[in-house]
Amino acid sequence: MDKLIRNLKVQIIAQLNLQDVKPEEIGDDQPLFVEGLGLDSIDALELIVLLQQQYKIKLSNAEDGPKVFHSVRTIAEYITEHQVPNN
Amino acid sequence: MPEEIHITASSEISQHRIFKNEVSVFENKEAGVHAFLLAAYHHLEIKYPKFYKMDNLSKLGWLASEVLLKDSFDAGKYKPDDVGVLLSNASSSLDADLKYFESTKDIASPSLFVYTLPNVVIGEICIRHKFKGENAFFIFESFDADFMEKYVSNGINNNTLQACICGWLELIGEEYKAVLFLIEKDNNQENHPLENNQPEKMLFSKENLNKIYHLRNG
Repeated sequence: MDKLIRNLKVQIIAQLNLQDVKPEEIGDDQPLFVEGLGLDSIDALELIVLLQQQYKIKLSNAEDGPKVFHSVRTIAEYITEHQVPNN
Repeated sequence: MPEEIHITASSEISQHRIFKNEVSVFENKEAGVHAFLLAAYHHLEIKYPKFYKMDNLSKLGWLASEVLLKDSFDAGKYKPDDVGVLLSNASSSLDADLKYFESTKDIASPSLFVYTLPNVVIGEICIRHKFKGENAFFIFESFDADFMEKYVSNGINNNTLQACICGWLELIGEEYKAVLFLIEKDNNQENHPLENNQPEKMLFSKENLNKIYHLRNG
């Protein structure tokens, strides 16, 4: 899980063009939207793209978005639960 | 008698250089357009993380407006509705359109999609400076000073606008040229010459727009 969280921080910075942010500046449990990293609705869509491109996971229910994308840890937990193991 | 309208500042970004009131303020000849715009952003020493997310046309317009307004624009003189932004170019948002189209071959990029309209750059400028006046983005084959002079003058003379950013903002691939003008009504206050580099304020006319636009040939 720790390795996945570290990778996710790097991927989020790249996907969302957060060029002033360093991975270590993003807390594992820090809220990503509004008061945390200040992400917006377009960023949320980009996070969905990131899950699809990097982890082949489609968010099955859009209403789960706020819970799944609350923090890097909640995204990592979602990936762990839904990723299909490689053959 | 109508009040006089003046060009109170101008900015230009073209051929790896940035000019304010016709004087070079930044140059980076080695860089391609993306690296050049990023280097210019860092040169301005403004922290505005949204800049990184913009497409190249918006980055170009945002930078040109920052250079235009810095030390030349007194925001305290105006209400948000007083200030308009009227821009024009030849390629519309084609640069972003092509990049978005390319992304659709894999998974379409939402962040590219939002820039597939030319007037989005006006939104970026207005959000930055809290302008809420009239805005429009026109597509012409080339800079039409006559149209711009008439359109902006009409807005100012009928009091829809008190000030306006107008000009040309073109970018496609590695080719780019931005020439922006700050247009303000003369309130018969003290003389307010173009900052630093031009001794006299310049009347807002198509001849003067063209003179500044064509300073660097095309």
